[in-house]
Amino acid sequence: MTAVTDETLSFDEAMAKYDPVLGFEVHVELNTRTKMFSAAPNAFGDEPNTNVSPVDLGLPGVLPVVNRAAVEYSIKIGLALGCKIAPSCTFARKNYFYPDTPKNFQTSQYEDPIAYDGAIDIELEDGTVFTVEIERAHMEEDAGKLTHMGGATGRIQGADFSLVDYNRAGVPLVEIVTKPIVGAGSRAPELARAYVATIREIVKNLGVSDARMERGNVRCDANVSLMPKGSATFGTRSETKNVNSLRAVERAVRYEIQRHAAVLESGQKVTQETRHWHEDTRSTTAGRPKSDADDYRYFPEPDLVPVVTSEEWIEELRAQLPEPPAERRRRLKEAWGYSDAEFRDVVNAGVMDSIEETIAAGASAAAARKWWMGEVSRRAKEAEVDPAELGITAATIVELDSLIRAGKINDKLARKVLEHVLAGEGTPAEVVQQHGMAVVSDDAALLEAIDAALAAQPDVAEKIRGGKVQAAGAIVGGVMKATRGQADAGRVRELIFERLGVAG
Amino acid sequence: MNELISSSAADLAAKLAAKEVSAVEVTQAHLDRIAEVDGEVNAFLHVNTEEALAVAAEVDALRAGGLAGELHALAGVPIAIKDLIVTIGQPTTAGSKMLEGWMSPYDATVISRIREARMPMLGKTNLDEFAMGSSTEHSAYGPTRNPWDLDRIPGGSGGGSAAAVAAYEAPLALGTDTGGSIRQPAAVTGSVGVKPTYGGVSRYGAIAMASSLDQIGPVSRTVLDSALLHEVIGGHDPADSTSLTDPLGALAEAARSADVAGLRIGVVRELQGEGYDAGVQQRFDESLQLLRGAGAEIVEVSCPNFRYALGAYYLIMPSEASSNLAKFDGVRYGLRVLPEDGPMTIERVMGATRAAGFGDEVKRRIILGTYALSAGYYDAYYGSAQKVRTLVQRDFEAAFAQADVLVSPTAPTTAFRLGEKLDDPLAMYLNDVATIPANLAGVPGISVPGGLADGLPVGIQFLAPAREDVRLYRAGAALEALLEEKWGGPLLAQAPVLGGVK
Repeated sequence: MTAVTDETLSFDEAMAKYDPVLGFEVHVELNTRTKMFSAAPNAFGDEPNTNVSPVDLGLPGVLPVVNRAAVEYSIKIGLALGCKIAPSCTFARKNYFYPDTPKNFQTSQYEDPIAYDGAIDIELEDGTVFTVEIERAHMEEDAGKLTHMGGATGRIQGADFSLVDYNRAGVPLVEIVTKPIVGAGSRAPELARAYVATIREIVKNLGVSDARMERGNVRCDANVSLMPKGSATFGTRSETKNVNSLRAVERAVRYEIQRHAAVLESGQKVTQETRHWHEDTRSTTAGRPKSDADDYRYFPEPDLVPVVTSEEWIEELRAQLPEPPAERRRRLKEAWGYSDAEFRDVVNAGVMDSIEETIAAGASAAAARKWWMGEVSRRAKEAEVDPAELGITAATIVELDSLIRAGKINDKLARKVLEHVLAGEGTPAEVVQQHGMAVVSDDAALLEAIDAALAAQPDVAEKIRGGKVQAAGAIVGGVMKATRGQADAGRVRELIFERLGVAG
Repeated sequence: MNELISSSAADLAAKLAAKEVSAVEVTQAHLDRIAEVDGEVNAFLHVNTEEALAVAAEVDALRAGGLAGELHALAGVPIAIKDLIVTIGQPTTAGSKMLEGWMSPYDATVISRIREARMPMLGKTNLDEFAMGSSTEHSAYGPTRNPWDLDRIPGGSGGGSAAAVAAYEAPLALGTDTGGSIRQPAAVTGSVGVKPTYGGVSRYGAIAMASSLDQIGPVSRTVLDSALLHEVIGGHDPADSTSLTDPLGALAEAARSADVAGLRIGVVRELQGEGYDAGVQQRFDESLQLLRGAGAEIVEVSCPNFRYALGAYYLIMPSEASSNLAKFDGVRYGLRVLPEDGPMTIERVMGATRAAGFGDEVKRRIILGTYALSAGYYDAYYGSAQKVRTLVQRDFEAAFAQADVLVSPTAPTTAFRLGEKLDDPLAMYLNDVATIPANLAGVPGISVPGGLADGLPVGIQFLAPAREDVRLYRAGAALEALLEEKWGGPLLAQAPVLGGVK
């Protein structure tokens, strides 16, 4: 890529003069067992060119057969996006030569997508809601993956040769296309991020995609154009391809707004073209111009018959839809009584499901939040995994919580118990048993330790007697040390005041 | 001539079942015949000696072991395969340099069915490159010659399969028919060829030219033999989405009944007269007389839109072909040609490969199709052609309201000389004027020998409504019987002697 940096206007200046118009094409890889048009496995991370059939390699004579599960997943996505489902739709061939496309055409949908005319609400962090209209969601197949060898950058320019892995060729995709999004103003970059996040959440919630952006399960092309404030005529748009993280979507849209504004300010015209986002320089560079070169010579795929969707089939699938994520969040927040900030943190930490399970298993909402947002999140961060992937079950948390409430262990001990549970030593109760970790609740034993501590620090004992109750902390510390943390600190404090004849 | 090679498939099946001959003897006789005459005919691109004999030996062993009951009726009857159909263990070239030496890792569905029936495969037959042509002169491996006159074309694209059957190199063969590639070669070689209803035979494993028109079908010397082979290869295949789920119908039974009494036969006004040789027209008229004499009701029907069929075909076929042939790019299999100088980019490797690998006719159709599908031209060309297609289908519907089957000459002329039309694509394309409407509408058609004009075979074509292939066998076998009675034997008995033995 050329290292020419484009001029940009500051975002605020751009916003003062122009209104941005956005549009998104999001590709979602479906997690069906087999591919869109063949029986080869749809799996990520396997040895290159092992999940392929003659169909995926485009061998002479092969024919495609539509994967019914992929159609059902697509319908579910359409329904979740509030779309109409076509009673009958067809596939088309998109013709272009590229070595990651085995047939040198992509089997896609063109004139009649399976789902169309939908809308979803996108909630920004401060609770503002934008409604984004969905133009269409159509089925197609993914291409293979090229790896460019020999160059310094890993890009095709400067490479000596390229390797191609067809494992991904033919993986089912749904492409979700929005109508132009007008009126976001300065919230446009934020909305862009929230839109992709929402789509990701919807398909993950439906169970139709693994929805992992880092694996390319969800890929976004972002269209940006500007129109002068007060105008209703769209400007020329750029299409920034493959912006593959939520943060990058926000940054790329912001960058393109600033770049377009600078171009327009200088009296020039924006070129209609594809752009490539570079995370390292946080900027885009020009790809190919979008013009007559983009003639894909679409025509109806003669090897496939139309996909016909009966009303019964659609209703059957609608009945299988899970509760929409936004509705579910509203319901849970209310039920748990968390504050806006508390709930947002829970969602951002990715522990909402875990908390729901833990509460269902018998823990209080407060205790569940305390554990998942506290100790479990801390350990997950250390282990560099998601909290839900740490191996802590709802049952473990409930058991820990009840041991604490019964006074058998304290918080500090509970954290140790958790460590042993993670080491595979059994349930919390078993760990407490095995390690003799129960809180020392025998007052006689505690009084013995208290007396020893008071004797060791006579000056502190004097201060407490003199009414400085805060000084008791030092004695508590000594007792805890002597009992290797197995004392109930609250009870120790009570006994100290009792012993010294002061009111706590 | 060795009786084993002149026997029909049905007769061979009977002789095998009666243990009068062994499958190895039958197969060897055909391999010997290929060795004897194919130097002149060039019907075969590959001869599959070892495997064919091994399959034959297996059939003999099963029969000897008392397991005849498990054998298909055609087990041990050899067959030749058009080299457009992929086969494990034999090269598949599609008649192109692009696939020279390519071995398919999978079998076409029809090949799997032939293996299940234990029919020894004699080899792969010649064709116009990627089935594009009407003379087999567009093969990258030299033309096939017509057994009736070695200076003439055997038709195309399936000239190899038709010539193999006509020259007694095989009793049966598989062809593919996109615009007449089974029926026209049958007509000009005095053999029988059937294009089944679209979807009646799985296309999985037939290298696609025009997916909405292509259909695999039988090639043979008798109508009954085609029916028997059709029953082996036909029927639903889940690997082909356009495959019909209907039962095939009793095809062989229909061929054996050979009864046209009361059958309404429609003569298509637009498929005769101008452009049709006088000799062809004469034989056609005589056939109508015979059919009428046998109790058929001859009616005239009009299909006014057939005159646009050829034009529509030459837009739809190249459009689909331009896309189907895009996969031949040197990246994954087949020929790869590196540019002689200049930068070594993927585009230039693809370009050099396709420039060297494809012949002129293939390039012509790719260019035509690419143009017809281009933005700004799509509606005028591809879109209009699809409308004509609908009109042709409606013409058929109207015609079949008045007649049970339609009849016409299969081709407007007899076999022309090699090279005669090679530089005149339009004249070449006109050969398929009578066969193309059936492909556009998806209806089935058969060509049966109709006699000679100036010593060369003429074909008579019957067409039936979609899914009514059974009617073709009934009418075709009836005409065959009537004509053979008149001739005192099969038409091919009048063919000149090849290889010095008859």
